[in-house]
Amino acid sequence: MVKYILKRLGMAVVTIWLVATLTFFLMNMVPGGPFLSEKAVSPKALAALEEKYGLDKPLFEQYLTYIKGAIHGDFGDSLKQRGRTVMSIISSKFPVSARIGGLSVLLAFSLGVPLGCISALNRGKIGDNIIIVIATCGIAVPSFVICTLLMYTFGVKLGWLPTLGLKTWKHYIMPVAALAFYPTAYITRLMRSSMLDVLGQDYMRTARAKGLNQFVSLFKHALRNAILPIVTYLGPLIAYTVTGSFIVEKIFTIPGLGGEFISSITNRDYTIIMGTTIFLATLVILMNVVVDIVYKLVDPRINLK
Amino acid sequence: MADYNEKILDIHDLDITFNTTAGPVHAIRGVDIDLMKGETVAIVGESGSGKSVTMKAAMGILASNAAVNKGTIEFTYHHADGTQETVDILEKDKKWIRRHINGKRIAMVFQDPMTSLDPTMTIGKQLIEGMVWHFKTPKKEAWEKAIQLLKEVGITDAEKRMKNYPHQLSGGMRQRVVIAIALACNPDLLICDEPTTALDVTIQAKIIELIKRVQKERGISVIYITHDLGVVAKVADYVNVMYAGKIVEKGKINEIFYDPRHPYTWGLLSAMPDLNTEDERLYTIPGSPPNLLREKTGDAFAPRNQFALEIDDKLEPPMFKITETHEAATWLLDPRAPKVEMPEELKARIERMKKEAEGYEES
Repeated sequence: MVKYILKRLGMAVVTIWLVATLTFFLMNMVPGGPFLSEKAVSPKALAALEEKYGLDKPLFEQYLTYIKGAIHGDFGDSLKQRGRTVMSIISSKFPVSARIGGLSVLLAFSLGVPLGCISALNRGKIGDNIIIVIATCGIAVPSFVICTLLMYTFGVKLGWLPTLGLKTWKHYIMPVAALAFYPTAYITRLMRSSMLDVLGQDYMRTARAKGLNQFVSLFKHALRNAILPIVTYLGPLIAYTVTGSFIVEKIFTIPGLGGEFISSITNRDYTIIMGTTIFLATLVILMNVVVDIVYKLVDPRINLK
Repeated sequence: MADYNEKILDIHDLDITFNTTAGPVHAIRGVDIDLMKGETVAIVGESGSGKSVTMKAAMGILASNAAVNKGTIEFTYHHADGTQETVDILEKDKKWIRRHINGKRIAMVFQDPMTSLDPTMTIGKQLIEGMVWHFKTPKKEAWEKAIQLLKEVGITDAEKRMKNYPHQLSGGMRQRVVIAIALACNPDLLICDEPTTALDVTIQAKIIELIKRVQKERGISVIYITHDLGVVAKVADYVNVMYAGKIVEKGKINEIFYDPRHPYTWGLLSAMPDLNTEDERLYTIPGSPPNLLREKTGDAFAPRNQFALEIDDKLEPPMFKITETHEAATWLLDPRAPKVEMPEELKARIERMKKEAEGYEES
């Protein structure tokens, strides 16, 4: 197992390097640059700026400089946000997104799994139909619609919840709910189909023949077998959710990392683009390793080699 | 030794319909089965003849779209203090059956040991589960008992195996574990649903021997559901031949094998693979079992029966008694029927079987 994890981490380094290289060159292939804007910048000032950030050097040299820095943990300064390093931006904004993202994954998991089970156990009955309709809506409706509806109902009409910022726990409710909507719906559907599959298995019949009560056989036999697909989904979900959502953060004006992904691209803030991409890639890869380990814990048949 | 006079299971005139999207399927049409304590009864028939459904009804684990139209399943058991009680399982609700019957007094061994064990739970936990649930046995005591059970079913290294997961065991071993689980609560009746079908031949014999041994030692009753007449010949005291939801012939093992009367039984016996048959092609019964979606008048087997009489299409034959224990539902046994003998080839085969059996006894 330790050997497996080390091997996976070694592979992760290679993957991250590939992601960084690809992003670096693709990013530079796009016409334009960080210091071009509608306002005419004097060619002299432009040259001075480019020299300051090393953008006047040949691309490959820029690349080597970047990688060298990155290996030493130096991801450079933001080109647009004066005086801030990439690291400081990520480390100040990631915790905000992580809190909201983490809470919504937790919510999605703890709601989706039981809902999926209830739905599967009542297959074809009214409860199942209601859950499936709601879950289908949750997958089909885009998050900005949900955000707006939540804001309109609870923020404006009822006035129960604050709509901007993140001051008290009340501020968390709407963004977390909005962010959790899609994964909850997805997990519910996944859990339902996986549970239905497990309920038809022979070992569930064995449990019934043993005389076990329905809940015991559900908890002891069915759940553990049915949860595997959820674990698979949870890995990337966590990585993507804790790094923030552009839409939800924009609508609720939350100073999270999600906005940084998009604005860095429109701003051509090269160092931020690189930094956030590498950060996300690292998280996704790490979560996948964690998922594999959880797999092994849930299903003893899986052999990590 | 077990008291052979005590009736443990009495299925009487059982009639079950499944409501499917295509319409009602009349799966069981008046089944009678008796089982005495310590005896082994085999239920033989093609797939879809209703063997498993009958036994599921006895365990109260019928699918939810099944409706029992009539009949009784009387099960007799003893309380811990020795008092005897007879209940009609069909009148009890599922909860009561789960609490008092399933696993505790009637246990089941399933067809495929590869899939009938939970892959994510250790053998040990699956073994003690029933004891802890039904008798509130302390975990430690149950664990010790489970090790004894594994030894009883012939698993070496029982202590080590307790901590194994099903995928770490071979098919034969797993079936032994399934049997051990079935025996965990000391049931009075063991239902074996095709217990050897999924195993290879060398293991089959061992599993059958095991079930036989356990039955002898514990004095329990066993019902075999199978389509393998080879298995039946080795284990059963009584045989019920089922066709299209009905029992068409029943009798002692020798009566069914050496003196079969129903053309369907003739067909089954002829269809058994055998090394000595001169004909190169293996005999099969022509046609396929009837679709029970459509009710049909007369004998359900008539369309496939080369010996069918005119009356077979009009009226369902009653059970004709041949001896005290042997009955068959075919009009051929009616005194007015023309005299029809079983096919010559089958006759020759039965003679051979008799000789072989004598040979066994002498050796």
